[in-house]
Amino acid sequence: MAATTAASITTAAATTAATKLQSSSSSLLKPYSSSQLPFKFTKFTTSRAPSRFAISCTLATEAAVEMEEVADSDPSQWKRPDSFGRFGKFGGKYVPETLMYALTELESAFHSLKDDPEFKKELDGILKDYVGRESPLYFAERLTEHYKRPNGEGPHIYLKREDLNHTGAHKINNAVGQVLLAKRLGKQRIIAETGAGQHGVATATVCARFGLPCVVYMGAQDMERQALNVFRMRLLGAEVRGVHSGTATLKDATSEAIRDWVTNVETTHYILGSVAGPHPFPMMVREFHRVIGVETRKQALEKWGGKPDVLVACVGGGSNAMGLFDEFIKDEDVRLIGVEAAGLGIDSGKHAATLTKGEVGVLHGAMSYLLQDEDGQIIEPHSISAGLDYPGVGPEHSFLKDKGRAEYYNVTDEEALHAFKRLSRLEGIIPALETSHALAYLEKLCPTLPAGTKVVLNCSGRGDKDVQTAIKYLQRNNRLMLSWLWKSYFVFPEGKALLLSKV
Amino acid sequence: MAAALKSSPSFLQPKKPDTHFLIRHKPIFISTRRFVPMASIAATRSLSISETFSNLKRQGKVALIPYITAGDPDLSTTAEALKVLDACGSDIIELGVPYSDPLADGPVIQAAATRSLARGTNLEAITSMLKEVVPQVSCPIALFTYYNPILKRGIGKFMSTVKDVGIHGLVVPDVPLEETEVLKKEAVKNKLELVLLTTPTTPTERMKAIVEAADGFVYLVSSVGVTGARASISDKVQTLLQDIKEATTKPVAVGFGISKPEHVKQIAGWGSDGVIVGSAMVKLLGEAKSPEEGLKALESFTKSLKAALP
Repeated sequence: MAATTAASITTAAATTAATKLQSSSSSLLKPYSSSQLPFKFTKFTTSRAPSRFAISCTLATEAAVEMEEVADSDPSQWKRPDSFGRFGKFGGKYVPETLMYALTELESAFHSLKDDPEFKKELDGILKDYVGRESPLYFAERLTEHYKRPNGEGPHIYLKREDLNHTGAHKINNAVGQVLLAKRLGKQRIIAETGAGQHGVATATVCARFGLPCVVYMGAQDMERQALNVFRMRLLGAEVRGVHSGTATLKDATSEAIRDWVTNVETTHYILGSVAGPHPFPMMVREFHRVIGVETRKQALEKWGGKPDVLVACVGGGSNAMGLFDEFIKDEDVRLIGVEAAGLGIDSGKHAATLTKGEVGVLHGAMSYLLQDEDGQIIEPHSISAGLDYPGVGPEHSFLKDKGRAEYYNVTDEEALHAFKRLSRLEGIIPALETSHALAYLEKLCPTLPAGTKVVLNCSGRGDKDVQTAIKYLQRNNRLMLSWLWKSYFVFPEGKALLLSKV
Repeated sequence: MAAALKSSPSFLQPKKPDTHFLIRHKPIFISTRRFVPMASIAATRSLSISETFSNLKRQGKVALIPYITAGDPDLSTTAEALKVLDACGSDIIELGVPYSDPLADGPVIQAAATRSLARGTNLEAITSMLKEVVPQVSCPIALFTYYNPILKRGIGKFMSTVKDVGIHGLVVPDVPLEETEVLKKEAVKNKLELVLLTTPTTPTERMKAIVEAADGFVYLVSSVGVTGARASISDKVQTLLQDIKEATTKPVAVGFGISKPEHVKQIAGWGSDGVIVGSAMVKLLGEAKSPEEGLKALESFTKSLKAALP
């Protein structure tokens, strides 16, 4: 234990040193990469224990310099994350000291189990028979037709059907993985945070399946917006605790879950629902969702004998997007596109477009882009979709953005609602409002793509849970429209004609 | 003597006239006369946190370290509260900077932060208040702040700003040992003492690394959990204190969950160099019917704690 801590501190220091050197180290790079000094040194010194220790410390620093240099240009060399849980400068563990040991314990458990055949077998079995994997890669024929240009050319659109998973979204992949991990760690109680309720439902589901008590923290405001999911969680035997502090939404639910974990860390595992939070969560959650991208690669090969050209996914915390992207990050010819929520408009101040408008800061244990004011206080985001309504974003997305490897755009509530209706009508698939953001971006993306481009969009969840929200919004819009027309009828003569024509 | 010393820090800082928020229509009267510090205490005014601890140690005393949240119920009350705490025999004061997402805090301090932010408290207002008040306070003040407000302002700029208003130390509860490097560098540059926390879940080897890197004092978190009053203090604290004492000669103060004179007495008996009392103080100020009543309650509570300490 002591050695591990000491080693990781050394590495951290080395990485920092490397980062500092980075700007002026182009002259350093050449000799090291050509002479392969590290390997020879290790061989020479194996017989002399004390000096070997001294030298291996030096080596760590030098190797890090080299790594950083290569890392910049070649995605396959990127450390995602490094030994300290950092993706470049993002990520890390900014948590109260009480949690540090639990995070270390979790990380080593994850590392030892993820390649353990027994664990893999159990996980794969549950994913297949309980979750219903693999999820289909579906050719959206009429959606593709919709984006055809007048000359009949256009991109081909495929949907990765995570909405067909048990509980209706990708969230269950991670919940299953983490509950198995928690069992191996001997934890007797599970807690989770939830925004839209999808992660809460997934967690409540796996807790029911494995017979563990479950407490889900949910913002009081979200409990109102997502009453159906609150009922589902309770039906599944979970205790849903309303969070009234702060702004009573996802960020406060997350803070409250972390506080519960700080208090009960010895007996409790916290199933964090996104690729956010302190290390190892961003890495671990990504690994449990990785199956999305892995299946996509296999299915693409089967369907058209190649790779996808463009991957599109919505980004709140960013778990479904990381699950799809991760497998393809090294394939630099595959475009990765994340779509954030622009709420009432990107310049309205009422949005959740963290990567577009945020600034680097620390929230919920990780350094990442955040929505914050000039005093460093977290700003309340807005999105019609409760699942994207989060002021932070997973640190790896911040890293991919800064590296220029992934592109991030945003769409408004209204654009998302149009897409929600569009997919329902064209494909008979009612998508989640979160997913609808990714779908809405197709409007801007598709006209720019060459004919035959293979687009894979992660259909991350189904929209049954959102029907109420959509009805409310669409009805309100209709009422506004009618009242406007009604006024026009009396004030302007041409309004009369308009109203009559509508009726 | 005391008066002369009290005015001296203003030489170090340019005078700032706009302190309207400190001027009350009906100035509350807290009888600080009764607690006019004796010359010996007044002389420690400009001492650092660690020097304060060594002085106390020489006298066989245990430090009383109260915590209050800045701006709750308002900044002028905070200013008065700092003077009251000082006059009632506090040895070091921890002043909380309100933050929107205080992960390490329980309901009482969370609510205080929310109220304070709702009133528009920001770092600038806090530092202007401190600029006025610090020269009138004889004990060193440490700021308790989450990391993001520091990052947003820029670590270097933050440190020099708080140093300039006379702050002596910093407690940043969401920055663990591994991430302290940058903070520490800037803190040292600005002669600020960066206090680090160790907890009951911290393995011994890690605790040793923490106490090694800590400045000012070692903050021992008494229980597994967030801030907030507890019915009793776990016996485990005694063992933890012994472990830390074996690892370092630096002073140790115990905090989280300490709310009664009995607790304070018990912890002093276990050999702690200081006790930190937070939520109980914050509650008195936040839940009082008026700031005046809150300050009065704070005064008698602080005196009762002080009386329980050697």
